[in-house]
Order: sequence, then C-alpha cells, then structure tokens
Amino acid sequence: MKLAFRIALRFLSSNKGQTFLITLGIAIGISVQIFIGSLIEGLQISLLDTTIGRSSHITIAASEKNEPFNDYEAVLNQLSNQVEKMTPTLTGGAFIKTDDKTNQILLRGFDLASADQIYRFSEAVLEGGRLPAPGTNEVLMGVTLSEDYNIEIGDALKILSPAGQLTEIKVVGFFDLEVAAINASWVVSGLDLSRTVFDFDENQVTALESQIEEPFDSDLIATQMQTDVNREDLRFDDWKAQNEALLSGLSGQSTSSLMIQVFVVISVVLGIASVLAISVLQKSRQIGILKAMGINDRTSSLVFLFQGFLLGILGGLLGILFGLGLLVVFSKFALNPDGTPVVPIFINYRFMMLSGLIAVVSSTFASIIPALKSRKLSPIEVIKNG
Amino acid sequence: MDNIINLSKVSKIYGTAVKTQVLYDVDLAIKPKSFNGIIGASGSGKSTLLNIVGTLDRPTFGEVEINGIRTDQMKKNDLAKLRNETIGFIFQFHYLLPEFTAFENVLMPHFIKGQKFDKRMNDRAHELMELVGLSKVKNNLAGNMSGGQQQRTAIARALINNPRIILADEPTGNLDSETTEVIYDLLRDINKKLETTFVIITHDRRIAEKTDRIIEIKDGRIYNDFSRI
Repeated sequence: MKLAFRIALRFLSSNKGQTFLITLGIAIGISVQIFIGSLIEGLQISLLDTTIGRSSHITIAASEKNEPFNDYEAVLNQLSNQVEKMTPTLTGGAFIKTDDKTNQILLRGFDLASADQIYRFSEAVLEGGRLPAPGTNEVLMGVTLSEDYNIEIGDALKILSPAGQLTEIKVVGFFDLEVAAINASWVVSGLDLSRTVFDFDENQVTALESQIEEPFDSDLIATQMQTDVNREDLRFDDWKAQNEALLSGLSGQSTSSLMIQVFVVISVVLGIASVLAISVLQKSRQIGILKAMGINDRTSSLVFLFQGFLLGILGGLLGILFGLGLLVVFSKFALNPDGTPVVPIFINYRFMMLSGLIAVVSSTFASIIPALKSRKLSPIEVIKNG
Repeated sequence: MDNIINLSKVSKIYGTAVKTQVLYDVDLAIKPKSFNGIIGASGSGKSTLLNIVGTLDRPTFGEVEINGIRTDQMKKNDLAKLRNETIGFIFQFHYLLPEFTAFENVLMPHFIKGQKFDKRMNDRAHELMELVGLSKVKNNLAGNMSGGQQQRTAIARALINNPRIILADEPTGNLDSETTEVIYDLLRDINKKLETTFVIITHDRRIAEKTDRIIEIKDGRIYNDFSRI
C-alpha cells in the first residue's frame, strides 16, 4: 500500500505538466459546481428572506375568523420553549378620519418588543420617526398611507372602530416594510391602544405570530404545536400552506441547480477517467517491469487509484479556492445600482467541504477503470513488445 | 545436487486462430551456482524459453519447476512473489523506472517485497552499487544515465533481494564491446562471489564461450548442449 502510494506520487510528480492539467480540470469543474450551488442557495435565501423574512411563519388564531381568543398568555408560555420568536397581536380593520375623509386601515396592535424581532420595525422606521411607547396612544404608519393622506409626524388623528368607537391617536413615525400592500394599509400600535379601539378584554388577542429557525419545517412544527396546545378554539396556519407557488418555484430552482451540478461532476469524472486511462498506456512499460519484479495485481491497481485520489484532493482544494474566488468576484462586480450585490452570496462551508469530498470520491471512482487495466496488464506484453 | 531449474516437455504455441509453435518438447535442467549461456538465431525461441523459466510466460504444455516448486499452474500473485524473491531479471533494454533514481531503482525489488528499509538494506544497496561501479551516479534519475550505467543499475537491482537465479536476455545487446566485456566479467564475478545461478541469452559467441555451459536453441528445440563442468 505504501509502495503503491509512493509510486503514484512519483508518477504524478514526474509528469508535472499533465498532473497540473488534470488538477486544473477537476478544480474548474468543482469551482463551477461550488459557484452555481452557492449562487442558487444565495438566491433562495434572499428570496425567502424577502418573502417571509418579515412575516409570521406560524400563526395561531381563533378558529372563527376575525374573532379574538382568550388566555393567550397560557399558550405563549406553553410554546416559549419551542419557538424563539413569538408575539401576540390584536389586529382589526378600522378607519382613520383625516379632515373630512374617512379611510380604511388595518390597525395592528403588537407587543412591540417581541414583534420587533419578527417585523424589525425599528429598522424599517424612516428618519424622524420612532417606535410608539407602550401604554400610550402613539402609532406608526405605513409610508404610502401617510403620503396618500398627507399625514405628518406629530399629527393627531381619530381612529374609528367598526363598532363606532372613536379613539384619538398620535403619529410618531412612518415605516417602510418594502411591501406595497402593508405600506398602504398598516397602522401599528401597542397592544393596549388596539385593545381600547376594539374593546377587547385583557387576556384576548386575535393571533399569536411566530418565526422559527427552519422555515421549511413550519408545517411539522405547526402540527406539533397544535397537538401540544390541544385547544379546539384555535387554528394553526403555516406559511407554506399559503405560499405553494413560491415553494414550487424554489423546488424547481433547486432541482435545476442540482442537475447542473451533477452534469458538471459527470464531465469531471469522464475527463479524469480518460486522462488516467491514457496514463496507464503511458506507464504500461513501468507497470510491466514492476510486475516482472514481483509487484502483485492489487498493488499495481492501487497505483492508479491513489493517483485518482491524490488528483481529487489537489483538484478539490484548488476547486474550493477557485470557487471562493469566483464568488468574491461575483459579489464585488455584479452589483445593483445601489451598490448591493445582485445576488447576496452565502458561503456555506459544509457545501464546500461536500464539493471537495465529491472531487476526491469522483476522481478515485474515475480511476477504477485505469486501475483495472493496470491490474490486467501482463508483464510479458511489455517485455516482448519493448 | 538437485537442479534449480527443471523444464520437462515444455511446448509453447502462440495464437488461437493461426497457431505458431515456438518451443517443441524442451527438456532442460540447470544446476545451482552454474553460469549458463543460451545462444541461437533470432526467432529460435530462446527468449520465449527464458520468459517461461522466469515465470513471465506460461508453457502451453509441459512442466516447469523453479527452486523445487512447480510454477506452470501457480496463481499470478504467487508467481509474482516467487519472481520477487527467487529470480532477478536483466533485460536488453534495461527497463528501469525513469521516474526513480538509480538508487531507488536498485531498491525497488526490496520495496516490492514489503520489508522495511533499514540501515542494513541501505548499506547493501550501497555495496551493490559500488560492486557495479555506480556510486557516483546513484542519485541520478534513471533516464539521465548512459546505457552502460543503466545496465549496471539493472544488474544491481537484479541482485538486491539475493535471488538464487538471475535471468539475463542479451544484457549487453546494445552496449559497445568494451562495456560488454566489463559487464560479463562483473556477472561472472557475482556468480563466483554470491553463488548465484545465471542463465544468459547472448548473440555473441565469444561471450558464450566464457560460460560453464552453452545451450544452443534452433527452431524451438535444443540443438546443442555443451557443458564444461
């Protein structure tokens, strides 16, 4: 085994040009695989972040639509171990009165401290604004809504509930959540204000909204929550059920990325196999003489398996470096007009390690045919034919 | 004394569709420690005979015994082990590994044997290289040496595992006459000092006359067998 490794190493180092070319071939293949894989992954993460990064993954609401449910704190406490980010909300349709007009809005009362983890209002608040203080009548307003009705920070307005109750509110800021429908309709307040407007009890909310670590597990976790909480008056909605088109788009993208990667790896394997097969012919004289001197068939085939293995390691390492280089170049030069990368690149070290491993496994695999050829080679052919 | 090489009724036929018989019922016995020459015209079958003795080729019919062991039905890997431990080869075209230095080439049969490389082996390799007069070029790559140096490296390599038999196929075939003389004296010397059995194919009658026994092959049969001892 040691001898086979030594001979393999010497064969590779004595023919540096050829070794370099094969290594480069593997490296380019692997770097393309890493680049495409990371690009698609980056694209999906960014798409997912844009789509559901600022929304609830699992929403717990009353079974009966638009109705509040009781004892929300019990549910919140029960699930606090399973879900990191969870916030109660009291939401309802209402109207705001500006001058002589009355406009429909969606009043979203939140526990702002925990809601901020999901909606990141503090980042979305535009200059000059701030988050409403709890226990006051302060609100944040969607930026489009404010523009549509000429509302300015500090304005005092009246909000009208469907039940006809009028409550005075004070605008302390505008937000831009980058979703037109939200920016044009949401008015965000603390829970207390919303409770006053809609005249709900202290222990009532309309929903508990949450975000989880692995958004793709939302259906499983939602089912688990439902079992744990075991309340018939509640329903558990997960984002996946409501975004099937997006999910099928993402899965199509993953499949096509995988296909490209598979074909790149296949072409790398074929390349290595054909070059190593030629190298068996080149080295047949040496293999023949080694066999005449008593090397056994196993060792003579190991020489080529080790060559494949070593080329895989070299090509894999170089491929990872090239791949990282390509990603850096892409994220530096392919930019949006505002200077941000067209596709934000996420460097996934596990994926890179996996690609390196693929390089090693596939090039060792590619050396099986040359190894078998070497095994079959008879010393007498070399001695007779020179 | 038992023979170290014993061939009985050995025939060799090449080809399946068109059959060419190269050897016809050859009986040959070689004594240990002897120095034997095989002569014959091109195509007479002498190389085939040597390859069969060296277990590189198998006889179509007949029995081959090397060092008391039947080899004509042995498995490939067992034959490889036997070759490694019992037989040293010297070929006309040297057949060194160009990727390795002269010193590494000499040690290759030892590495193949799978034993560790210690000081004793290092000393032995150096001694052998000195014996064949190669001390100065031992770290040269095999491809960077003259024909004579390469052939001497091949001789040192054939000796490294202390084989009981050395088979040489025109070992001086492409060397000038002066070098040829030196190489033969060297082989003869080794034969006397290390008591190694030699079977050497040669075209050169002058050289053949220096051997203990001359076996002449003609048309696949032993035509003449003359022994001085």
